[in-house]
Amino acid sequence: MRLELLQRLNEARAAREAAIVLTDLASGGQDLLLERQVEAHIEREALETLLRNGRSGSVELGGTALFAGVYLPPVKLVCIGAVHISQALAPMARLVGLDVTIVDPREAFATTERFQGVDLRAEWPDVALPEIGLDRWSAFCALTHDPKIDDPGLHAALRAGCFYIGALGSRKTHGRRVERLTEAGFAADEIARIHAPIGLPIGAQSPSEIALSILSEITAVRRLKPQPR
Amino acid sequence: MNEAEGDDVLAIAQGWRSEGREVALATVVETWGSAPRPVGSHLVIDGEGNFMGSVSGGCVEGAVIAEAIDVIGTGQPKTLSFGVADETAWEVGLSCGGRISVYVEPVS
Repeated sequence: MRLELLQRLNEARAAREAAIVLTDLASGGQDLLLERQVEAHIEREALETLLRNGRSGSVELGGTALFAGVYLPPVKLVCIGAVHISQALAPMARLVGLDVTIVDPREAFATTERFQGVDLRAEWPDVALPEIGLDRWSAFCALTHDPKIDDPGLHAALRAGCFYIGALGSRKTHGRRVERLTEAGFAADEIARIHAPIGLPIGAQSPSEIALSILSEITAVRRLKPQPR
Repeated sequence: MNEAEGDDVLAIAQGWRSEGREVALATVVETWGSAPRPVGSHLVIDGEGNFMGSVSGGCVEGAVIAEAIDVIGTGQPKTLSFGVADETAWEVGLSCGGRISVYVEPVS
């Protein structure tokens, strides 16, 4: 790999842009394609499939067998609520490879003592989220139980097309949430993207078990279904 | 980062090369059976045999590093294949029973 190509690849990765490196294993010839170049490419369909699946592998493009290295941006996990569950979720999510940010305007909750070494924002979602930059490579969890704090975050996550959106609370709580989101103008199919009650049903009881169920659900959505476009 | 179970191998490759080190990049390009690391996994190697990342669970890294130093010397990429451990090739066998192909290229 030429250093210049490696540099451009690393720049794209730093800018959260998906990229594909095509290598002719026989000749060593190599090319870098950025996500934004795919649309105009003659092999658009095959390249889009690679990006959607997010898996590197062999492809045949224009009659040539190539190896396609697919580089998707690292997944962010943004949690509204510096709560007990988040204290377990933050280190567990980091182990799984997610970039974690916790947002909670309540300063009693959002203390560095409770969240050592975690990117913690003691701000309202409306202030923090534009800065964090939710995108389709982001997972989002609303964990405060307080609509004043959770709802603006959910609005932002739905608008940004986060690949995973989960909200803590019982079915009854979620029923009221659905009503509020409907009033706020969100369509039923958008609201249906929210996973609530949050997490896979594994009988979780303790905060760390609930964190495990949330992380399992995020993993399932990310890995079992095609990557979001 | 998403290569999380560890380090950002591509950033390390760029860093090492920019420091003037001789560098090779190894990439898993094909797997069969229960290979330990998925296609696309990287191992970066410098001319001194220092390495970061992985292309297997540690079974074949030694052989890949030796080949990588050769690739650094010749400047020519090559594809290596590793299969199930057997008596004749046990040092480079995959004890897990899978098979992998690894592409090794110089970073130049």
